[in-house]
Amino acid sequence: MVNEILEILNEDSRRTPEEIAVMLGTDVETVKQKIEELERNKVIVKYNTIINWDKTDREYVTALIEVKVTPQRDQGFDAIAERIYKFPEVKSVYLMSGDYDLAVMVEGRTMKEVAFFVAEKLSVLDSVLSTATHFVLKKYKVEGVVLEDEEKDYRQVIVP
Amino acid sequence: MNVESMIAERVKEVPPSGIRKFFDIASEMEGVISLGVGEPDFITPWNVREACIYSLEKGMTCYTSNWGMPELRKAISCYLSRRFGLEYNPKNEIVVTVGASEAIDLALRAILNPEDEVLIPDPSYVAYMPCVHFTGAKAIPVECRPEDEFRLIPEKLEEKITSKTKALILPYPNNPTGAVMTREDLEAIAQVLRRTDIIVISDEIYAELTYGYKHVSIASLPDMKERTIVINGFSKAFAMTGWRVGYAAGHPALISAMVKIHQYTTLCAPIMAQVAAVEALRKGFEDGFASVEYMVRQYNMRRKVMVNGFREIGLECYEPKGAFYVFPSIKKTGMTSEEFCEKLLRDQKVAVVPGNAFGASGEGFIRCSYAYSIDNINEAIKRIGNFLKKIL
Repeated sequence: MVNEILEILNEDSRRTPEEIAVMLGTDVETVKQKIEELERNKVIVKYNTIINWDKTDREYVTALIEVKVTPQRDQGFDAIAERIYKFPEVKSVYLMSGDYDLAVMVEGRTMKEVAFFVAEKLSVLDSVLSTATHFVLKKYKVEGVVLEDEEKDYRQVIVP
Repeated sequence: MNVESMIAERVKEVPPSGIRKFFDIASEMEGVISLGVGEPDFITPWNVREACIYSLEKGMTCYTSNWGMPELRKAISCYLSRRFGLEYNPKNEIVVTVGASEAIDLALRAILNPEDEVLIPDPSYVAYMPCVHFTGAKAIPVECRPEDEFRLIPEKLEEKITSKTKALILPYPNNPTGAVMTREDLEAIAQVLRRTDIIVISDEIYAELTYGYKHVSIASLPDMKERTIVINGFSKAFAMTGWRVGYAAGHPALISAMVKIHQYTTLCAPIMAQVAAVEALRKGFEDGFASVEYMVRQYNMRRKVMVNGFREIGLECYEPKGAFYVFPSIKKTGMTSEEFCEKLLRDQKVAVVPGNAFGASGEGFIRCSYAYSIDNINEAIKRIGNFLKKIL
C-alpha cells in the first residue's frame, strides 16, 4: 500500500488522507499513519509545487554547471558535494558518471549573477578542477510534467 | 423516387440509438462534465504511436494478409496463452479485424441463418441486438438482475433456449454494468450449453480491466473451446480505441467462415494499426504488461472513488468488478432513466447514459464511466448530489 500512497501523492500532493483512503479502499487512520511514517523516514522529503515561472514576471535564469572535482580521501565526493549544495543558489546536485563529476543546477536573477556565482564561489573551491556553464533556454518538461501541454480530451461527449 | 422507401426493412426496423439524443443535447452545451464515454482517457502509449510513425516513414502502407499480419497473429496467440491460458494456432484460428466490433459482426454473420435465435444478456453493449437483427436472425434478451450482480444466471438462460437458439453472446466484463463472471459462474453456464448446439460469442474486450479478480474466459473451460468464438481487441487494454484493431479466435471452421466475409467486405485491418498492435504486445511481453497494470491501478482508484461517492449522495449501486462503469439505480427518484439523464444534463450539465439504452433490464439505472480524472469524477458526483437534493 505504501507504494500506492506514494504514487498518488507524487501525482498530486494535495490529496487528503480521506481521499486516499477511499481510493485505496482502506481507512483514514491507516493512511495517516503510513504517511507520517514516510515523512519521518524521509521517504517523503517535501511537498512541492511545480511552477512554470516563465509565465510569471519573475526574472530568473537556470544554468546546468558541469563540475570536475578531485574526490577527497575517506569522503569521496560527499564532502565537496556538500560544500556546493549548501549555497542557496544551488537548486540540485547530482553525482554523474562520464565526462564530469557533479551536475549542479544553479538559479539566479540574471546570467551575470550566475556567471559571477560560478567564478567567485564555485570554481575557487579547492577540489574543483574545472567548470562548464550551460544556461537553460526553455523548460519543456519538469519532473515528468510537460509544462505547456494543453491536454485536450479528443473523445466524444457520449460513446456507447 | 421516394428515397426513404428504399431503405431495407431490417435497417428501418432497428430503432435509432438511445444515446444519440443525449449526445446531441450535450455537444451543444458549454461546460458539460461527462461521465458518458465508453473509452479510456489514457492516450495510446508513446512506444506504440512511435512504432506506427516509424512504419509510415518506412513506407508500410500496403494491404496485409486477410487474416492479419502473421507476426501480429503470432503475438496475439502468445498473448491469449499467457494472459488467459487459451491456445490458438496463429495460422488458422485467429483473424485480425477492424476493432472487436467487426469481429462480432463477422461471428454473427458467419453462423446465423434467418429465424435463428441469439441470446443476449440484458443489459449489454448497444451493438449486439442491431447486428443480430441485420442478419435476419432474432435477438432474444436474457434478463440480468442487480440482485445477481448482473451476472448471467443459468436458470434464466435455460428458460430462453429453444430449438432455434444458435448462439449466446457472452459479454463479460460487461458494459454497462461492470459485472464479471467467475469461473464458477461460467462453469454453471457451460453445463447448460454442453447439452446443446449453441455457439458462444464471448466478447472479452474488457478482459484486462478487472479489479481484485482475474478474468476467466469460458473457452478455457473443458469442452468449451470448440464451440466458443473469443473476441477481443486493443481498444480497452492498450488505450487504442481509434486504431480499430480487434480479433477473433476460435475453431478453424468458424474463423475461416469469418475470414470469407472479412476478405470480401473489409479485406484487412489497416496495416499501420496492426503494426502498432504488434508493438503494444511486444512491449507487454517485455515488461510484463506494466502499462496495462498501471492503467488498471488508476481505474481501480477511480472506481472506488465513484462507488463511494454515489453511496454518499444516496445512489444505490453494487460494486462493479470489471470494465470502467458504475451502474447505479435511480429508481427511488421515480423517474425513467431517460427522464433522469435529460433533467440531470439540463439542470447540472452532467452527461451520463440512460441504462435502458443497453436493454429493457437497464431501465431504472444510469451508466457512469470512470474513465476520467478523479477531479472530474468528484465534480460530477457533487453535481449529481445537488440534483438529487433538488428532486427528492
